[in-house]
Amino acid sequence: MTGLLIVPAADRRLLGVPPLSGPTPWVIAIMSFSILIIAAAGLALANTAGLFARSVEARYSIEVPGASARLPQLLKLVQSSPDVTNADAVPEQAMRDTLRRWLGPLADSRDLPVPALINFDLRPGAGAARLTRQIQSIEPAAVVQAHRDTVGPMLKSLRALQWIALSLVLLLAGAASAAIVLAARAALDTHRSTIEILHGIGATDRQITSLFQRKIAIDALAGSIAGATAGGLVLAVLAAGSAFLGQMTGGATLGWSDIVLLMILPFALTALATIVARSAVLARLGRSA
Amino acid sequence: MLRDLDFRLTGGGFYFLTGPSGAGKTSLLRLLYLAQRPTRGRIRLFDEELTEAPRDSLPYFRRRIGVVFQDFRLLRHLSAFDNIALPLRIAGVGESEIDGSVREMLDWVGLGDRASARPATLSGGEQQRVAIARAVINRPELLVADEPTGNVDSDMAKRLMHLFSSLNQLGTTVVVATHDIGLISATPGAQLIRLENGTMVDPTGSLRNPPGAASPRRGQR
Repeated sequence: MTGLLIVPAADRRLLGVPPLSGPTPWVIAIMSFSILIIAAAGLALANTAGLFARSVEARYSIEVPGASARLPQLLKLVQSSPDVTNADAVPEQAMRDTLRRWLGPLADSRDLPVPALINFDLRPGAGAARLTRQIQSIEPAAVVQAHRDTVGPMLKSLRALQWIALSLVLLLAGAASAAIVLAARAALDTHRSTIEILHGIGATDRQITSLFQRKIAIDALAGSIAGATAGGLVLAVLAAGSAFLGQMTGGATLGWSDIVLLMILPFALTALATIVARSAVLARLGRSA
Repeated sequence: MLRDLDFRLTGGGFYFLTGPSGAGKTSLLRLLYLAQRPTRGRIRLFDEELTEAPRDSLPYFRRRIGVVFQDFRLLRHLSAFDNIALPLRIAGVGESEIDGSVREMLDWVGLGDRASARPATLSGGEQQRVAIARAVINRPELLVADEPTGNVDSDMAKRLMHLFSSLNQLGTTVVVATHDIGLISATPGAQLIRLENGTMVDPTGSLRNPPGAASPRRGQR
């Protein structure tokens, strides 16, 4: 790209239009800003989904409606199972504390039935069927529930959102390409007489194309960096509220690899704009005499 | 529209192309400087058949042709220096060589002190001289001029024709389209090509079979 941008001063004067003029840098800046924000959201969603999936992969709950006298026996059974790595009974008060967020003082009412609950984690690869049978032989009313079944629909939604984010990024890249094609064609129309003169004295299509390609590459680079910088600032402001976000997303944030990927985006957009401009100009020139 | 043209230009010759307005002079010149291809027939230039030549190859032939347009066709955002230097830069000549060649050419056309002037600040005659300097800077094998004296006074017209004659003596084939009979009569040794209604008037057949034609150039449309 350096060779593309750094050309002799005489060549820079040929079009008679300074770079960063016209609407192209602004259009690219808006596209770059939008792409960065959407890509960051997509990556954060991916991280959140991954975090959720890992945290609930091996987690199960035993739920016994009403207070069960057999709860200590159930807890002992689960804790002694070789397939279980960790098991805890959830104190009734802790459950009432959780319910208080939604029900207020009503959560402390003795009329409100609170189920007995044991959470446990299985060893990777272990199945819950045998343990479930043992549990239900002690307490037939007990229900063993895999957390991944509970949060499955939410994980599916998160993954769908990731695909939507990726689709939006591709759609915006396509829109940016279309804008570049229009800008290149408009530039060719504006400079038609210059092109005729250059062709007349022996300039090749590639020589003429390089003039337009360079201008559009500079416009795209400046626009995409400006847009990405603005997007980065917005993300930084959002990151400042990470305590709030952390609560919402289970602590998922953007990792270094995500940040590197986001930093590459403006340059990828510039490369795309340059290639599209080159193709559009060469195609149009090829149709002239 | 041109039709039934069959002629050869002798390398190093000097030709005037005449005829009434609409006779096809400009169309014939456009064929000669490869701005368009014939819809029928053949064009052979520099010993190459160019009628069906690939589009990518034409620029390299155009670099061997100098063209002077009636309306100059200078790039208005470039200085006189840069306009004259264009053919050399397109051909990939180095900047150090360009500087000397262009300054020499500016002096040759009497514009040594107007190197940095933009076309808009030059008179018609000065613009015409810049256009001529641009056309001849890379010593073309063929020089094509469309009414080159149409925008200049008679003194300047004589000076321009003197420039063309000098180039012709250096071996360049010159084709000048003009209505100016005085110009033609003032150029001894030049041959006349007359077009009427898109076809050539060649009663002696000397254009079809020129004596001693070393480098045949053929146009037909």
